[in-house]
Amino acid sequence: MSDRTSLGPPSLADNRLTRRRIITDRLATTLVYGAFLLALAPLLSVAWTLLSKGIERLDGNFLYTSMNNIAAFDDRGGAYHAIIGTLEQAGIATIITVPLGVLGAIYIVEYGRGWFASAIRFFVDVMTGIPSIVAGLFVLAFWVLVVTPVFNDGRPGFSGFAAALALSVLMLPTVVRSTEEMLRLVPAALREGAYALGVPKWLTITRVVIPTALPGIVTGVMLAIARACGETAPVLLVAGGNPAINFDPFSGNQSSLSLYVFEQAGVASPYAPARAWAAALTLVTLVLTLTIAAKLLARRNTLTR
Amino acid sequence: MAKRIQANSVTAYYGSFKAIDSITMTIEPKSVTALIGPSGCGKSTFLRSINRMHEVLPDARVDGQLLIDGQNIYDRDIDVTAVRRMIGMVFQRPNPFPTMSIYDNVIAGLKLNGVRRKPMLDDACEKALSSANLWEEVRDRLNRPGGGLSGGQQQRLCIARAIAVEPQILLMDEPCSALDPISTLAIEDLISELKNEYTIVIVTHNMQQAARVSDRTGFFSIDRTGEPGRLIEYDDTTKIFTNPSIKRTEDYITGRFG
Ligand SMILES: Nc1ncnc2c1ncn2[C@@H]1O[C@H](COP(=O)(O)OP(=O)(O)OP(=O)(O)O)[C@@H](O)[C@H]1O
Ligand SMILES: [Mg+2]
Repeated sequence: MSDRTSLGPPSLADNRLTRRRIITDRLATTLVYGAFLLALAPLLSVAWTLLSKGIERLDGNFLYTSMNNIAAFDDRGGAYHAIIGTLEQAGIATIITVPLGVLGAIYIVEYGRGWFASAIRFFVDVMTGIPSIVAGLFVLAFWVLVVTPVFNDGRPGFSGFAAALALSVLMLPTVVRSTEEMLRLVPAALREGAYALGVPKWLTITRVVIPTALPGIVTGVMLAIARACGETAPVLLVAGGNPAINFDPFSGNQSSLSLYVFEQAGVASPYAPARAWAAALTLVTLVLTLTIAAKLLARRNTLTR
Repeated sequence: MAKRIQANSVTAYYGSFKAIDSITMTIEPKSVTALIGPSGCGKSTFLRSINRMHEVLPDARVDGQLLIDGQNIYDRDIDVTAVRRMIGMVFQRPNPFPTMSIYDNVIAGLKLNGVRRKPMLDDACEKALSSANLWEEVRDRLNRPGGGLSGGQQQRLCIARAIAVEPQILLMDEPCSALDPISTLAIEDLISELKNEYTIVIVTHNMQQAARVSDRTGFFSIDRTGEPGRLIEYDDTTKIFTNPSIKRTEDYITGRFG
């Protein structure tokens, strides 16, 4: 702009202007690509480290055995019990949070008016910031040490379910928030289109609004699940960890993949680091597979063929 | 089947803002009534108060009476969903449900209101699409998403969706404003056909369109911005366009034409 000496349309052959634009364009392009590569570098490095170090022990023996009776100089041992733990804990936490979170978001967006809805939104925001150790301590103090002893002859009930409760506390705000955003993105014109057909409000929500927002809701839920799968502290606090297989999430200690990584990384055994890497790789693969599967499902349900 | 609409001092508010003031008019069954007037004078607001869509917005409310064949739809014991099923609406922008196929879009109103029998739904779908002059174009791709049609086809899809529930009144808010002249003509032809079965109220900014399709025309206007919209003149379309009795109507119409 400042190059132009007179008003009026620039001549098409204004070389100085053109050259400046080309240079600016090159510069911006280089910067953008550079930033992209820079951002990609740590990601690739993590993926590569994980793959190269994790693949060594990732075999049938690792996936199908536990750490029961594995001594320090035993090179065997696996994460079967931890995989079971992660699947059960994250599964239960999902079953608890998805209905609660989605219904909560529907309330806030579609029905909530006045101070009550604002209060809920405020507390959801506050919950988003809760550190996972606090969620773990909450469940420990409330569920493990107070509620379960009543049914358990006074003994505290460490269990996978308690871990699932702690994970729910962490997942709930993420699910509510992301679902809320997605519901707000659904155009008012679609709701009005349904109302104008004489469709009641709740049917409009369940049959028009939710399906339209579904892919986004699924993404939010998957993010919450991924985060929950990676949590170590609450599981350690309220499920306690267990080297043996325990299928029952409602009684007895349980382990989880992230807790397993944590334990193996700290154990004095020449074979432990390889096991930790293999478990980390398993965890990432698990979360990735779940995410891709969920997205494919959501897509198939929305786009009619 | 078609019903008479009688508005008695219908006044509508957005919060504390009064958008239309005391609209009183009678719309005869099996006729097409056009509502014209400058932007912001409350045509859409009035139209939306006929099928109780106005109150969907937060803090929006309506005073006065709106009688459909003598029954006030603002009475306390009236079921809103029944009112809306009886009075179909087509919006300015086509709004097909993006997650539904063409077929599901057309029968959405029936299906969501509890009709389950497949043969019945199939019949209703074909009938509505034929009335909307869309059947020939989409009969081979009923399972494709409704959003994959052209704008004009989408608008006709929305008309089909509205008439599939067999309403008695059809409200159209600038249904052609996003369409090309050919689709517009198709929809105007459609309106002339639908007139045999429905009472139709159409909002339009296109004078020629109002003159072409309507039997009666209502001219709305506002005195100043911030003032509520009022019905200035309501008469036979030929009278309004050739010999309006009020100066403002004439100014508006000739201003637009000349
Ligand atoms: N959702 C809303 N909230 C607050 N005020 C509104 C809302 N919608 C419309 N209004 C106001 O109500 C008045 C009438 O609006 P309305 O949409 O009925 O006009 P209109 O005649 O349909 O205009 P147009 O020809 O541009 O569509 C305007 O002053 C407008 O600003
Ligand atoms: Mg309007």
